[in-house]
Amino acid sequence: MKNITPNCINQNSKPSLFCPGCGQSIALRHLGFVIDEMKIQKKVTLGIDIGCSLLSWNYFNFDTVQGHHGRSIPMMVGFKMARDKRIVLAMMGDGGGYAIGLQSLLHAAYRNNPISAILINNTDYSMTGGQAAPTTLAGEITTTTPDGRDVKTLGDPFHGPELVRQIAKSSAYIARASVSNPIMLEKILTRAIENQIKNNSFSFVEILSICPTNWKTNAKKSFDFLEKMEKVYPEGEIIKN
Amino acid sequence: MTKKFLTGNEAVVLGAVDAGAEMFFGYPITPTTEILEGWIKSAQTDRNLKYLQTEDETSAGFAVIGAILAGKKAFTATAGIGHVLMQDPISMAENERLPFVAIIGQRGGPSTGTVIYSQQEVNLAALGGNGDGLRIVYSASSVAECYSLSAKIFSTAWRYRFPTILLSDGYLGKSRISSELSRPLKPYPATKILKEEAKKPTFIRNCYGSEPEFAKVLRKNIDDYKNMIPRVAECECYKVVGAETIFIAHGSVAAAAKTAVDQLRERKNKIGLVRPITLRPLDCGSIRKSIKSAKKIFIFESAFEQFSRLVVYKIPEIAAKLIPVFKPAEGFTPEEIVNLISN
Repeated sequence: MKNITPNCINQNSKPSLFCPGCGQSIALRHLGFVIDEMKIQKKVTLGIDIGCSLLSWNYFNFDTVQGHHGRSIPMMVGFKMARDKRIVLAMMGDGGGYAIGLQSLLHAAYRNNPISAILINNTDYSMTGGQAAPTTLAGEITTTTPDGRDVKTLGDPFHGPELVRQIAKSSAYIARASVSNPIMLEKILTRAIENQIKNNSFSFVEILSICPTNWKTNAKKSFDFLEKMEKVYPEGEIIKN
Repeated sequence: MTKKFLTGNEAVVLGAVDAGAEMFFGYPITPTTEILEGWIKSAQTDRNLKYLQTEDETSAGFAVIGAILAGKKAFTATAGIGHVLMQDPISMAENERLPFVAIIGQRGGPSTGTVIYSQQEVNLAALGGNGDGLRIVYSASSVAECYSLSAKIFSTAWRYRFPTILLSDGYLGKSRISSELSRPLKPYPATKILKEEAKKPTFIRNCYGSEPEFAKVLRKNIDDYKNMIPRVAECECYKVVGAETIFIAHGSVAAAAKTAVDQLRERKNKIGLVRPITLRPLDCGSIRKSIKSAKKIFIFESAFEQFSRLVVYKIPEIAAKLIPVFKPAEGFTPEEIVNLISN
């Protein structure tokens, strides 16, 4: 039987800064279990972004740096080049990764920089109060798409891992997981980190997550919407076409 | 002292290597491209030197930060639009007290503008970004100084933990001349900023829960900045004793003004030059001392009210005697300065 909280979590960071029911803290908890299981706490350095990911600035008991919007990836690429024995993680939201920082995500994947990038997809910009993201579903109402996302003018929901796969090296590990399936989530995170260690290659994991505060959903409705997301964004490893 | 025949950009690379710099991240832009190329050339023979040509300047700046966090002396070189993009990482470094080092080859205006010369990047270097401008900004006036200041800024940055910028321009960067290079002081060592101790992790952030919490951080940073000023601020005061007319200029303009001072002195004009080597912070003590007997003070700059604003704000008594001469994005020759004074 597992502990309720991972050992690598910093107990001084409690009470959590995340909203009640936030999916990101679920994702972080599973990342913590993976780090415990792999016994790599002493080797990990984490870079985080602006947006809700910054709330994890002291979440773990390992070095953590909060950078600027969309820039956790280049910051951690520079760090990894300087300290190639460290296990380097970069976390961001769907704004940081797919909008403002997309260029850096793509180029890190393209160069095959050996870091593991983890992105939370909750279909909106949560820290600023629920605006549309590239990942907002068709017809989804946000504060900036009050009539629902119109795919004719705003494009279809953004498939980040599938895009990254097209330009990444074959040794890159690219996958999508969901907080609704913790076993698969931990498996995917483990593979992403192992790929950095064993293959010295880039990894990218998108985690489908819930945002009850901005979605204005209760627990059941949050997971109902997550199920809808999972139909648009299939889970599992993304294989090159 | 060694004599070398080299360009300002080559001198910058040499200075950085001699200062113990190990990593460079950048994106090509005129007039500093040769710093990226020169670093890569050095890295071909020195395996300790690493580099990455990034997808843009923002990425270069944040990669510099990543390498610095790991305890490496890392830097970038950019100009113009790249300097604008660089404000985001420099602002992060300013607030998180990271020893960020950048060489800025000033060029004129936005977009392509003019690609070789201006002094229009003083505001950006000194006060750009979303903070109070707690940066240290040097201005090189010769190829020899491109070398000595390039070496010095790494020690300044790592000792005081403020972003440190060296301003040059394309005239300096691309001129190949014979220069006496003075041996730099022993470099100040770099240390790991992320300590890699799981029992006592390092957390670095630019996010605060309240205005008072952030204000406390800023108060400490501002106090540290003020305490650093007497140790860092420097200024060349040339033939200022008894001078009735004082020129104040920096960088390439100061080089022209210095030649003009020599020519005017030969004609028995009581003229001297004040050349701030650090534009921020300014060496106000030396400047005040030098202008004591001055009846007229000229400020020359290849910009409109950028350098002069920094000077007059800190030393307001200059204003009453000031004759500013602005030539935005154009250079000065010694002859035109001499003519200006003689007529």
